[in-house]
Amino acid sequence: MVEVRLWGALGAVVGGKDTLDIEARDIRELFRKLVDAYPGVEPYVKQGIAVSIDGVLYRDNWSKELPKDAEIFLLPRMAGG
Amino acid sequence: MTVATYSARDFKSVGTRPLRPDGVEKVTGRARYGADFNMPGQLVGRILRSPHAHARIRRIDTSRAEALRGVKAVITAADLPDLTGGDAGLHDVLDNCMARAEALYDGHAVAAVAAVDARTAREALKLIEVDYEVMPHVTDVDEAIKLESHVVRQPAPHSGVDPELDFSANLVKTTQYGHGDVEAGFKRADVIVEHTFKTEQTHQGYIEPHACVANFNSDGTGDLWVCTQGHFAYRHFCARLLGMQVSKLRVTSSEIGGGFGGKTHVWAEPVALALSRKAGRPVKLVMSREEVFRASGPTSATSIDVKIGATKDGIITAASATLRYTCGPYPGGWAEFGAQTAFACYNLENVRTVGYDVLVNRPKSAAYRAPSAPMAAFAVESAIDELAHRIGIDALDFRIRNAAREGTRSSYGPTYGPIGIGPTLEAVRNHPHMKAPLGKNQGRGMACGFWFNFGGQTCTDLNIGADGTVTLSVGTVDVGGSRASLSLVAAEELGIPYEQVKTVVADTATLGYNDTTEGSRGTFSSSMATIFAARNAINVLRERAAKTWNISIEEVIWEEGHARATGAGHGNLSLSLKEIAEAAPNTGGPVAGHSEIVADGAGVSFATHICDVEVDPETGATRVLRYTVIQDAGKAVHPTYVEGQFQGGAAQGIGWALNEEYVYGKDGRLQNAGFLDYRIPVCSDLPMIDTQILEIPNPNHPYGVRGVGETSIVPPLAAVANAVSNAVGVRLTHIPMSPPRILAALDAQKAG
Amino acid sequence: MSGIAVSTTINGDEVEFLCQAEETLLDVLRDRLELTGAKEGCGTGDCGACSVIVDGRLVCSCLVLGAEAEGRRIETIEGMATGDTLHPLQAKFLEHAALQCGICTPGFLMAAKDLLSRIRDPTEEEIRFGLAGNLCRCTGYDKIVRAVQDAASVMRRA
Repeated sequence: MVEVRLWGALGAVVGGKDTLDIEARDIRELFRKLVDAYPGVEPYVKQGIAVSIDGVLYRDNWSKELPKDAEIFLLPRMAGG
Repeated sequence: MTVATYSARDFKSVGTRPLRPDGVEKVTGRARYGADFNMPGQLVGRILRSPHAHARIRRIDTSRAEALRGVKAVITAADLPDLTGGDAGLHDVLDNCMARAEALYDGHAVAAVAAVDARTAREALKLIEVDYEVMPHVTDVDEAIKLESHVVRQPAPHSGVDPELDFSANLVKTTQYGHGDVEAGFKRADVIVEHTFKTEQTHQGYIEPHACVANFNSDGTGDLWVCTQGHFAYRHFCARLLGMQVSKLRVTSSEIGGGFGGKTHVWAEPVALALSRKAGRPVKLVMSREEVFRASGPTSATSIDVKIGATKDGIITAASATLRYTCGPYPGGWAEFGAQTAFACYNLENVRTVGYDVLVNRPKSAAYRAPSAPMAAFAVESAIDELAHRIGIDALDFRIRNAAREGTRSSYGPTYGPIGIGPTLEAVRNHPHMKAPLGKNQGRGMACGFWFNFGGQTCTDLNIGADGTVTLSVGTVDVGGSRASLSLVAAEELGIPYEQVKTVVADTATLGYNDTTEGSRGTFSSSMATIFAARNAINVLRERAAKTWNISIEEVIWEEGHARATGAGHGNLSLSLKEIAEAAPNTGGPVAGHSEIVADGAGVSFATHICDVEVDPETGATRVLRYTVIQDAGKAVHPTYVEGQFQGGAAQGIGWALNEEYVYGKDGRLQNAGFLDYRIPVCSDLPMIDTQILEIPNPNHPYGVRGVGETSIVPPLAAVANAVSNAVGVRLTHIPMSPPRILAALDAQKAG
Repeated sequence: MSGIAVSTTINGDEVEFLCQAEETLLDVLRDRLELTGAKEGCGTGDCGACSVIVDGRLVCSCLVLGAEAEGRRIETIEGMATGDTLHPLQAKFLEHAALQCGICTPGFLMAAKDLLSRIRDPTEEEIRFGLAGNLCRCTGYDKIVRAVQDAASVMRRA
C-alpha cells in the first residue's frame, strides 16, 4: 500500500481528495488502479503524469518500482526548453 | 537490467577539456546548418502572413499567384486536411502552421507558395488575395483576463481547477499548488511585502532562423532536412499532419544555430512538406528574421502578484503568488510552470500559488529555457530582497535562513531529497564577488533559481571500427557541444583516448526514437545511454577475447581499454580494443553496443547568481559591471561547456532583464520584429561572466551528472533587478528595466 | 540570359557570376557560389553573421549588392585557413570553446580578423566594442573575448 498525493487538478477528478491509498508495485500498476477506480483520471494519464518518488521525478519509466514508505506525488508531465 | 545509480570513481576522460569533434567544421564555415543544404530541383518556399492581429478569413483567391510563370504550387489550409482525429493539441499545431478560419495574430500563416526562385516567390505572394474581416484583438495579459475583454477564440474550453473569480473566456487553464494555511501564516507575520510585477514577452533570439528543405515523394516517402532541437519530434508532427507513416519520413537534423526551446515545436516544416507534395519537387523554406519574431514561439508575457510575510527574525511564515501568463492564441500550461517553480527555493510551512494561462492575439508561446521559471523567480526574488531589507537582515542571510533543504516540502508538492541550493548559497557567501567594493550609482543584487531537469527516451549505437576506433551515434541534437561530452563518456567507459571516439547525431531512419534536446536532458540522457551502450559493447569485447583464448567470459575483465584474463593459469593474456576489432570478422562479426532507455530521475537543479550594476541616473542606462553564476552540475563532463551553458543562460537573462521586449502597437501588430529594435546583449554590454561549478553527484546517474542547460536563465532577471533596485534606491517591478522605465521609476520616487 | 555579369576575386580566386539586381552579396555567396560559411541571421545588417571583408573593409554582406562585388577583393571565412592550417583565431576559438552552436562563428572570425589587423594589442574594451556588431546568443561573449585576446597574443609573437 502506498500513499499517493495528487496535484490540485487531479485531486478534483477523484472527488476533491489530495491523498489516496493505493496498492501498487510500480508506476504502471499505480496508473492502472487509479484509472480503474476513477475513470476521469484516464485523460490525464494519456496527457502525461510525472511521478515524484522521494523528491525525484519520473516522467516515462512506468516500470519504476514504488518503494514501501516512499513519498509518492503525482504531477502533470512537464517538459523544458 | 541496467541500473542507473551513481558510483564514485576516478575519472580519466570525463572532466577534461578536449576540443570538440565538430569544431573545425564550424570555424571554417563548412558545417551545414538548416539553410546550408540544397536538393536538386528544389523550389523556393515563402509564406504569406496575416497583417492583422485578429481577422476572419472570408476567402483566399490564389488564382493569380498560380498563374504566374515559375510558380509550381500555392497552398492554403485546404491543402492541409485535418487528420488530427480530435486531438485538440495537434489541431492547434495544424492551425498555427496555417490558419484555417481565423488569423489569430500578426504574422499568422495564411497561404504559401513554391516557385523557381526567390523573386518569383515574392511576386507570387503579392498576387494572393485574402479577404479579411478584421476583428477586435487583445494583446495584454491583464486586459485579456478581464471579463469584458474581447475573446481570442471560441470555443476555448477551460481546464484545471476552478478559478476563484470571474474571468473572460480567454482564461483557458487554472492551476494551483501549495500546502499549509497562508491566511494563518500571514497573520503571524511581523512584516509583509506585497507587489505586482510585470514581465514583457521575449524571444529565444537564436541567430539562425528556422530553415528546412522538404521533399515529398508521390509514394508517400519523404525527407526533411531541418534545424531542430528534436528531429524525432518533428518527424512525429510532420507525419501526423501530412498523413505519412513515421518510418517513411526521414528527418535529418542539420547543425542547429541556437534553439533554447524555440525549435522544439514545428512552425513552417509541415507547410514545406505540403508545398513539396503539391509541387512534386523539393522545397526549401527559410524564415526571415521578421518572420521568426512574428511567427515562431516567443515566451509568455506575465503579470504576477506576490505576497510574502516573515517574522522579525527573518523566518518566512507565508508566501503566495498569483501568476498570469500569456500563451498566445492556443492553450498552454505556462502559468502552471510558474506556479510550480515560484517558491521552489524556499522552505515554507504555508505557501499557495495560482496560475492562470490566458489567450492573447500574439504568436503561440513556446518554451524558452526553463520555461516560465525566470519570470516567477523575478517576482519572488524581488519580494524576498524587499522583505529582507524591511526587516533589516542581509539579503544573503535571509535566503540562507529560509532556503529549502533535504526534507523540505517543496512548493510544488514533493519533499526534497538532498539538494544543492544550500551549497550554492554558501559558495556565494565565500565568493570574492560579494566583497568587491561598490561605487556611486552602483548596486549589487543576488537571486536564486530553480529548475526541473528531465530525462526521456534515448537511444545510442556504439560501433567499433576495424581499426579499433569508435563511432557513437546519438539522437539528441547537439546544441552546445554535447558531442564532445559524449565522446568523453564513451572514452571513459571503454578506457581509450578521447581522440579515438567520434560522436555523430544520427537521423531518424538510422536510430531509434530520441526525445527532443530540451529540459537540460541532452548530456544527461545521452551520456547515460552511452554508458550502457559502452558496457554492452564491453560484454561483446570480453566474449570475443574469451573465444579467442578459449576460456569462459567470467574469466575476462575489461580494464584500461584491454580485455584481460583473470584467474590462475592464464598468465598475462591481454588484447587491446584494436586487436579484438581487427579479429572481429572471424570471431562473430562487427562489434557494437546499443542502448534504448528511458533516462529518468534527473533530479532538480539550483543556482545562485550575483550581479553588480551601475545605473546612470540621468539616462536610466544600466551597465553590468560584474556577474557570477554558481550552479550545481552534479558532474561536469566537459567543464568548459558547462561554463558555457552558465554564461549563455546568464547573458540571455541579462538581456531579458534590461532591454528585450515585444512591443505591440494599438493595432496589435508587432513593432520591433528585428534585431535592431529587439536588442539582445552585444559584446560591449557585458563583462566577463564568472562561473563556479559545484559538483554534488546526482544519485540517479552513473557518473552523477545533472542537467545544466536551463537553470542559469532563472536567476538573472531577479539578480539584475535587485542590483538595479539597490543602485537607484527604488524597487523596479517591470521587466525589462529599460532606461525609460528606470527614469520613470526615479521620477515617481522624486514626485511621491 | 538575363542578369548582371560580375567579375570579382574571392579568397584569392577569380570568380565570375550572373546575378539579379536585387540579390545581395550574401545571396550570391550562398546560393550561386555555394560559399555557405556566411550566414543570414537577419538580412538587415544587425547581427553580423554574414560578415565578410571587401577590399580590406569589414561589411555585412547582406547590405552589399552582388553587383557591387565587381572588381573587388572579397575575403570570406572559407579563405581564412591556409590549406589545413587554421588561422590562430580559428584555433583559439576552438581551444577556448568560444562557440557553442557555431552559427555566429564565421562572422565573429571575420570581425576579429579585421579588428586585429587594425589593432594588434587590443584592450578588452577595444575587443568588446570592436565585436559589438556581431550577435551571439549562446556564449555570453566571455570565451569569445578570451579567444581573441589569446589569438592576438599569438599573432603578435609570430
